[in-house]
Amino acid sequence: MADTQSAHGLQTPAWLRLTLIGGAVLVMALLVVLPLLMVLISAFGKGFATWWAALVTPDAISALKLTLLTAAIVIPVNAVFGVFAAWSLTRFEFPGKRALLALVDLPFAVSPVVAGLCLVLLFGSQGWFADILRAHDIKILFARPGIVLATLFITFPFVVRELVPLMQQQGSEEEVVARSLGANAWTMFFRVTLPNIKWGLLYGVLLCGARAMGEFGAVSVVSGHIRGLTNTLPLHIEILYNEFDSTAAFAVSSLLAGLALVTLLLKFWLEARHADGLAKSHRRH
Amino acid sequence: MLLINDNALQGKRPVLLSDNGVPTQVATAGTGEIGDHPAMQGSGHGVDLQIQGVGKRYGGTAALDDVDLHIASGELVALLGPSGSGKTTLLRVIAGLLPADAGRVLFGDTDATQLSLRERNVGFVFQQYALFRHMTVAENIAFGLRSRPRRSRPDKATIRRRVDELLALIQLPDLGDRYPEQLSGGQKQRVALARALAIDPTVLLLDEPFGALDAKVRVELRRWLRRLHDQTGQTTVFVTHDQEEALELADRVVVLRNGRIEQAGTPRQIYDEPASPYVFDFIGRASVIDGEATGGRFLVNGQDASFEAAGVADGPARLYLRPHDAAIGAPGDGLDARVAAVHRHADRITVELELAGQPRPLEVDLVAAPGVQAPAAGDAVGVRPLRHRIYPA
Repeated sequence: MADTQSAHGLQTPAWLRLTLIGGAVLVMALLVVLPLLMVLISAFGKGFATWWAALVTPDAISALKLTLLTAAIVIPVNAVFGVFAAWSLTRFEFPGKRALLALVDLPFAVSPVVAGLCLVLLFGSQGWFADILRAHDIKILFARPGIVLATLFITFPFVVRELVPLMQQQGSEEEVVARSLGANAWTMFFRVTLPNIKWGLLYGVLLCGARAMGEFGAVSVVSGHIRGLTNTLPLHIEILYNEFDSTAAFAVSSLLAGLALVTLLLKFWLEARHADGLAKSHRRH
Repeated sequence: MLLINDNALQGKRPVLLSDNGVPTQVATAGTGEIGDHPAMQGSGHGVDLQIQGVGKRYGGTAALDDVDLHIASGELVALLGPSGSGKTTLLRVIAGLLPADAGRVLFGDTDATQLSLRERNVGFVFQQYALFRHMTVAENIAFGLRSRPRRSRPDKATIRRRVDELLALIQLPDLGDRYPEQLSGGQKQRVALARALAIDPTVLLLDEPFGALDAKVRVELRRWLRRLHDQTGQTTVFVTHDQEEALELADRVVVLRNGRIEQAGTPRQIYDEPASPYVFDFIGRASVIDGEATGGRFLVNGQDASFEAAGVADGPARLYLRPHDAAIGAPGDGLDARVAAVHRHADRITVELELAGQPRPLEVDLVAAPGVQAPAAGDAVGVRPLRHRIYPA
């Protein structure tokens, strides 16, 4: 086979090319595709009826509802605050900006379990806010608010990380022009900024949502695992697995796996169709 | 092509005439129609720009230092200088993009120093066009008018008419529905200009408007901008580092250096009477002869070379001339020199001359026309400056 020329004009010998591609495909298959396939096969292993039965148990349904509720709260909140944060970080100069930019990645750097423990430290019965909470009879931990807070923390970076490079790349010139032409701040934001960042925002929201629904570690610490009340879908799967009900565990897992596939497809579509609206593109002008 | 009747002197916006001489559209400022911006009335025409004592510091360095400038209504002014000269900073201070640390900016009688970018109603055009990428050309141009507060916003039909008028003015009548990415660089810049003109700005500010364009397009668009300015009479200030562009385009050129105005004058004044060696050297090529000024005369090597140096203080001085402003003749006809080298270019012959006692060679250009005899290396010749300026060294 002939050598191929890459974009930079280097000639890669065919055997090397095949080895690298083959290696990458093999690793991908083993680490990613195979487990997903196993989940789907095991889920339907005992037939469709068993699969469905596992999904419609009251605990499973309440877990699904809680997962969806959490996502429904977390996604809009993170979208809005993500845009605010990205705007501040890319359009303003202030001392400590670099530190703030680095801090955005904190939820990625810290272990989710640690994040959950921080919430326990703040809102637990020995926590900093314990007295205030008790005074107003507010339950944060081992209740839904705690789960939402934990998920908010974990998924915060997604929107910001997608928007910051995009907005830096686009620059503020269009917005400056809009102001010079007489637009007030709202007009400038809704008619100039938002349309320019919409694909990046969508992408960030997509990733945020996927993670929100799949988050385990932090939620596990704060949830209390109260069946039918404070269990999200991932927590419910863990319970099923710990009770050796692996079929049901796989059945419910297939829901999350299905979600992952949908996320992947949407991601693929977004990148294919709107590459110029995403930060990762490198279009030459 | 549209003919334009210039009514700028009466304070009205020029009337556009169609080919058969019938006016197509008249809109005068302040009638409650277009151009009725709350902060800046009667903008674009009849408004002088005053910059008084403006200063701007970044840390320890002064980007602008006590700049005084008056721009008359309808003038096309170039801010010329190298990077770091403060020209872009000055433009941004005029726009309100940067606050000045000292001094005032006046639009007519209004002190605009405290007004925001939006309140000043200036038309700003970036080097990279900054067209709204998700809007069509027509929507881009209409943006300013559609962003007006409801009570002063013109109705849709009026906006539509204004957009069409401007599309015709920039000679792109069929591109209203295109998106910016479908346009060439030159077209994008014209749309950016139309967008800025749509709001009837107090002043049009262009930040190196042709910097992102190919050399040929740059020249074409430069000439087109001059014609546009003649048609509209819009007060315009543009920033450039290209002296050719400034000299060809502007009514007045302001040369900046290290945050100060080195010289301001018409292109002819700047070119023929540069006030300092810096301006002389920046505006074009310069050849230099060292000497001494004594009692209003310029002496080279102690010899009186018959050069007038009136107004130059006694002491070491330098004679500056353009390479094409000297004549080469026989030895004795001017200053004695020896030919060091001869370089032939496509349109000129550059002769490098060595003069006794001079630290650097003198470059003289001869036109490369048929019949022109260039001296050979090693020849002894006489060189006579035809036009020159003398400055203290």
